[in-house]
This record gives sequence, C-alpha cells and structure tokens, in this order.
Amino acid sequence: MFDNLTDKLGGIFDRLTARGALSESDIAEAMREVRVALLEADVALSVVKDFIDRVSVAAKGEDVVKSITPGQLVIKIVHDELVAALGATSQGLSLSARPPVGIMMTGLQGSGKTTSTAKLGKYLTAKEKKKVLMASLDVRRPAAQEQLQILGDQALIQTLSIQFGEPPVAIAKRAMKEAKLGGFDVVLLDTAGRLSIDQELMDEAVAIRDAAGPAEILLVADAMTGQDAVNTAEAFHDRLGLTGIMLTRVDGDARGGAALSMRSVTGCPIKMLGTGEGLDELELFHPERIAGRILGMGDVVSLVEKAQETVDEEKAEKLAAKFQKGQFDLDDMADQLKQLKKMGGFGGLMKMLPGVGKVKKALDSQNIDESMLGRQEAMLSSMTPEERKRPALIKASRKKRIAAGSGTTVQEINKLLKQFQSMQTMMKRMKKHAGKGGMPPGGMPPGGLPPGFPPMGGLR
Amino acid sequence: MNEVITEQKRGWLGRLRSGLSKSSGRLAQGVGDIFTKHKLDETSLADLEELLISADLGVNTSAKLAGQLADHRFEKDVTGDTVRQALAGDIAAILSPVAVPLTIKASNRPQVILMVGVNGTGKTTTVGKLAKIYKEQGLKVMLAAADTFRAAAIDQLVQWGTRTGVEIFTDAPGADPAAVAYQALEKARNEGMDLLLIDTAGRLHNKANLMAELQKICRVLTKLDPDAPHDVIMVLDATTGQNAHTQVEMFKQLVDITGLVVTKLDGTAKGGVVVGLADRFGLPIHAIGVGEAAQDLQPFDAGDFASGLLGLDR
Ligand SMILES: Nc1nc2c(ncn2[C@@H]2O[C@H](COP(=O)(O)OP(=O)(O)OP(=O)(O)O)[C@@H](O)[C@H]2O)c(=O)[nH]1
Ligand SMILES: Nc1nc2c(ncn2[C@@H]2O[C@H](COP(=O)(O)OP(=O)(O)OP(=O)(O)O)[C@@H](O)[C@H]2O)c(=O)[nH]1
Ligand SMILES: [Mg+2]
Ligand SMILES: [Mg+2]
Repeated sequence: MFDNLTDKLGGIFDRLTARGALSESDIAEAMREVRVALLEADVALSVVKDFIDRVSVAAKGEDVVKSITPGQLVIKIVHDELVAALGATSQGLSLSARPPVGIMMTGLQGSGKTTSTAKLGKYLTAKEKKKVLMASLDVRRPAAQEQLQILGDQALIQTLSIQFGEPPVAIAKRAMKEAKLGGFDVVLLDTAGRLSIDQELMDEAVAIRDAAGPAEILLVADAMTGQDAVNTAEAFHDRLGLTGIMLTRVDGDARGGAALSMRSVTGCPIKMLGTGEGLDELELFHPERIAGRILGMGDVVSLVEKAQETVDEEKAEKLAAKFQKGQFDLDDMADQLKQLKKMGGFGGLMKMLPGVGKVKKALDSQNIDESMLGRQEAMLSSMTPEERKRPALIKASRKKRIAAGSGTTVQEINKLLKQFQSMQTMMKRMKKHAGKGGMPPGGMPPGGLPPGFPPMGGLR
Repeated sequence: MNEVITEQKRGWLGRLRSGLSKSSGRLAQGVGDIFTKHKLDETSLADLEELLISADLGVNTSAKLAGQLADHRFEKDVTGDTVRQALAGDIAAILSPVAVPLTIKASNRPQVILMVGVNGTGKTTTVGKLAKIYKEQGLKVMLAAADTFRAAAIDQLVQWGTRTGVEIFTDAPGADPAAVAYQALEKARNEGMDLLLIDTAGRLHNKANLMAELQKICRVLTKLDPDAPHDVIMVLDATTGQNAHTQVEMFKQLVDITGLVVTKLDGTAKGGVVVGLADRFGLPIHAIGVGEAAQDLQPFDAGDFASGLLGLDR
C-alpha cells in the first residue's frame, strides 16, 4: 500500500524537468509527498512539520534547482536530514560507572521489555564479557517473573531468585545488593509494563529508579507504534529521564516512523534494535537503515551487508568467472539456493528490498513461495553430479527418478529446468551487455541472485 | 490501588471516556481552536485533517473525512462543537456496521475461538477476560495453551485459568501447537464444554513459517469439526499505527479472521486506525480492552468510541 517515495518524487520531477527550471511551488509539491510518506510511516505529525521545514530550506538551495536530477537530489537531502535527525552515529550502552551498573527497562505493556532484557543480558555476557544479573520487578502480570527466569536459564544468565510477595522497589534494592556482593558488572532490571497516564505506576517507576540508581534507563518501544509514540516517549522521559530507546519488532514490516518521533521529542539516542523473538536477535542501531525504511526505500544497506556476510567470497568469484565464460550449471544453481536460504529466504530478502509491495506481487503472480526453495533443493540433490553438470542428460526416465527421489513431480522438475534455462539465457544476455566486467548489474553479488527471480528492472 | 477502586465505581463507560478523553484532549481542543477562530475554509479543513491524522486515522481516511465535512458545511459559520458532532457522526457511521458482539451458539458444542495476532497485543489477557465473562454467564469454558513457544506463556494462561476458575488444557513447552489445539478440542468435546478458547503465540504477519503454523492449527481443528474454529479473533493493540492495515490484511488472507478485539484503549493511544480498518475490511469489532484486569473487556460501541475519540460527552 505504500508507494515508493523515490518513484513518486521521480514522477514529479520528471514532469518538471521536461519544463525546465524548478520553482518554489515545485519544491512545495515535492515536500507534500515527503510529508505523506512520513505520515504513512507513522512519524508523529508535529515531528513531520518540523522536519519538512528543515528539509524545505535545504531543498530550496541552488543545487536542486540547477540539478539535472532534482528528484535524486531531494531524496538525498531528505535521507541525509533523516539520518541526522535519527542520530548520525550509533551509540552503545554506557557501562563505565562503578559496577554493578544498573540498566532499567521501561515501557508500555507488551512492548518487549522482558525479551529485550534477556537479549541485552546475552549480548553483554557474550560480546562485552560482562558478568550479568537479571531481575524481574514485574509483580503484576501473571508469570512475568517466571518468564525472565526461563529466559535466563536458556541464555545461561543468572537471575535474581524470585521471592513471592516482594514489592518492586525491594526487589530492585536486593538485586543491586546481591550484585555487589556477587561481583556482578551489570544488573538488568526488567519492570512491569505501564501506561504513561497511570500515576501510581509511574510513581513506582520513579521509586525504582531512585532505589537502584541505574546508569541507563531505556524505553522499550514497538516499531509498529503510531502517533502515540510522542506522548508516551515524552511522558516517560519527563518522569524518568530516559537515557536511550530500544526499538523492538524491527523484523516486522512497519515503516518505523515512531523511531524518529521518539528520538525527536526526547533527544535520546536509539541504542538497540530488536529484530526477532530469539535472544540473539538484537542489533545495534544504524540510522541509515531506519531512514531508508521510513522513506519506503527499502533496507538497502542491510541487504548489501547481509549479502556480503552470507555470500561465500570464493564461490562468488568462481561464479563470476563462470558467468564470464557463459558456463553455469545446476551445481551453481544449488549454491545459489543455499545462499538465498541463508539470507532468510524470499521472505527475508523481500523485507529488505525497495518497492516491497511490487516485489511481492511479482512473486505472488509467479507462485513462488518459501517451500519451493526447499523443494528445489531436494530436486537438485536428487540429481547425480553428472546430471547437474550436464542438465541436457535429464530426459523422461531420469526426471521420474529425480521426482521420486525428491518427493516432487515431473512437472516441478520441468519447471526447475526451464528456470535454469532462462537463467542461462539471462546470463548470456548480461555477458553481452556487461562486456569484460561480466558482473551482473545492480550491485548484487552473483551468489545473491536467486533462481527464477524476476530481473530487478522489471519490478520497479 | 485507590485509583482502581474509584475507577470501578465510575463504570466502564466513564473509564473509557476518561481514558479516551485524556488521550483525545489535544485533538478536541485543537478542533475547538480551529473552528472558533476560522470559518470552515480550506485551511481549517486541512488543520482538521491533520488532527485526525494525529489520532492515527491515517492520511487517506483523514482526507476522506475532512472532504466529507467540506461537502456539507464548506464556508459556513460553524462552532467547534458542531463540527465535532458532525465528525463524530461520520466516524460512528463508519464504525456502526462493525460493532458486532461475539455470539456463542449452543449448537456448537463447543464453540472454538482461536485468538491470534502479532506479538504482545494482549491475546492471552483477552482469553482470560473472555473466560471470565462466559464463565459468569454459566457456560462451561475451557482454555487451550497453544502458545508453546514464548517463555512462561503456558504459566501465564494457567494463572488466568485459576483466576477465572475455568479448566485449561496444556502440554509441555515446545509441543506442536496444532497438536495442542487438536487434543484440547477432543477433550473439550468429551467433557461437554460450551466454549474452547485457544491462545496462540504472537507472530508477525510477514513470517511465512509462523503464519503457516497458524494455518495448520486451523486445518487440524477441522478434522474434528468442519466448522472449527468458529471464530478467529485478531487482537490489535490500539497503540499500533498504520501497520495495522498490513497486519489485518495478511492475517485475514491467511487465516480468515472473523473479528477483532482492540486492546489498551485505556492508554494515551487513540486507536484511530480502526476507522480506516472498518472502512476497508468491514471486520466486526467484538470488544475493546480497557485495562489489565479480568473485568476490563467491554463491548465495542461505535457512538461511544467516536465521541470518545473527539472528546465529546454523550
Ligand atoms: N518479532 C519480534 N517479537 C518480539 C521482539 N521483542 C519481543 N517480542 C515478542 O513480543 C512479545 C512480548 O514480549 P515481552 O518481552 O513479554 O514484552 P514485555 O514488554 O515484557 O510485556 P509486559 O511485561 O507484559 O509489559 C513476546 O511474544 C515476544 O516474543 C522483537 O524484536 N521481534
Ligand atoms: N493497559 C492495558 N494493558 C493490557 C490490555 N490488554 C493486555 N494488556 C497487557 O499487555 C501485556 C501483553 O499482554 P498479553 O496478553 O501477554 O499479550 P499477548 O498478545 O498474549 O502476547 P504474546 O503472547 O507474547 O504475543 C500484558 O502486560 C497485559 O497485561 C489492555 O486492554 N490495557
Ligand atoms: Mg515483561
Ligand atoms: Mg500470549
């Protein structure tokens, strides 16, 4: 439902450049599109207004007017401004206070505090070599304390023993005391979810803070949050003096405008991102990623990085050489499938691509689904090495054998072979166009180009 | 806990209104400001549109509602209150058709309700709240803990079972959720239950494997009863912004959602996104969550919601 801002602005400016110089009202029209994009991404209205004011000033500069690609330049200005507003550099947790260092987790109900506490615990233990104690101060929600205890057991992080009936402030004090005695470096305090207008519980949070004296007070907030992000962040910051924000459920497909809203009203850095339910699914904050996402431009940076991480360099080089020679067999296709799977399958890939909606539609129309990846892998591994080297060998009887061996059908084998053929054709064409370089266009390493994946040009 | 007691005295409507009006105070004041100062001209309409946007109604729905107002009253002198009444009327008109309570049919023994939604929206709590309501109506209610994934999710539901005094079917953490649902339905049938409430793990709509797991639960249930699950209720957090559209779209497409429950309306979030959802999907909104306690589930009333949203007394 969200159209790519790049496309929209491109459209406006294409019309305009045909006419010549840009006027102020042209810029204003572009800014209206930016405004809509930000609002659709759930950036709070007040924040959008300030942002547009700043960007308009920059966009009215000489450069845009003279540029032959004003659309691109405006996008760049918007993007850069957004990155700056989100906090240009990523900031880690401050752990330099005298141990035990307290970290207090706060936020609305269900935002992901308990899970994030355990994630941080694991991260600090593994990456920062800290001795961590976790304590649940949530005496309200059923089984909240057990939840943290179980997560602690899973991640091999110590949790404070549960004492039934002990009030939150007392738990906080006991946690800090035991941490001191036990030589812990960090104490993570998970608190109950609370509404910012719940006076009693906000008072309780203040009392917890005063009792524990934490070095970090993090607001844990859902990336799907709408306009309310400003109210909540402002209220928590006013009462507690936040030191940072942790944004959860970034693995969803929300555009995440709440990040900008919260950062803008509190001035607090976004320190961490939660990217899944698993305890390893924690990432440091990178403003470029969130900026691209808010603008609906896809998580291009992440995609490129992920591709670099998962693609085996050596194999990629070999494949590139094969491209150049026009040799490409089913073994290479099998490799590609593996790479694709490592990148989170089509689902994972799609989330990171620009123009997600359209990619998805293209995939749907081709009936490509995740389970197909698995089936294709099965088909390929049911072939003999000779068959994979020389697909032409695969005739009717062999097809039957492969189908039986992989639990698929002859039609599916045919489809796979056809896909392979079209890839070969595509590669030959690319070879012709790319000349000596031989690398496919678009900056994607060869290993990352999935079989049967519609060429990028056709999707935008 | 003093506040809780006085809150209870005021009744749910008062509580809802105070919750909603706290949250919509700015919106209401804003509308007042615009229309006592100006005529209902372009600028006022644009400002009005923005105020709706900041209540999470979304760009499109807000534009549509503002446009509707412009049609009727453009460039006439009107007071802020009149405009708000009219606007509330328009919003209520969109919401009335979806204000449909959940119905339990005696012929479905048991009626199977599957609770679904993204993570942390309030599924388990809502199961507990529904259990209380139907138990008090004299129905035989059973809960099924089909969230075998999240740490202590089973314990959490067990505590709700104890709290409300209803039976609960559980298996070990990590068990196949579809198997849990199946066995629970078998047991509920044998024991002559009227209602089986199945709690599922939170899942993001863009995770194909998790959505497939949900489809499997539905498939397996039909083996015992071709009509089960009779209701698939998606629990939506009022704090959610425009992503709610994609959530509902995907869940509806994959597991045939039959209705919604909107939770956390006791907070500062206005839940305005449901206006656009109602317009687009027409899914019944069965109830709203207005707190963490067992009694904090209320019927969804279009007029009250719309009035509350605009800070009007009704
Ligand atoms: N997909 C996804 N789910 C998450 C993430 N972080 C937390 N969750 C899930 O969100 C749900 C709620 O998480 P909790 O950690 O229990 O949230 P909480 O803030 O402690 O909740 P309360 O204590 O009830 O206020 C659980 O289902 C978690 O698995 C994330 O980054 N991505
Ligand atoms: N203020 C308020 N809190 C609510 C409401 N409904 C649920 N909650 C709280 O929201 C948090 C999450 O609720 P759960 O019922 O555990 O949510 P869930 O959808 O089952 O979460 P997962 O199973 O982890 O996906 C808990 O702290 C609940 O007490 C409501 O209507 N108002
Ligand atoms: Mg918690
Ligand atoms: Mg639950």
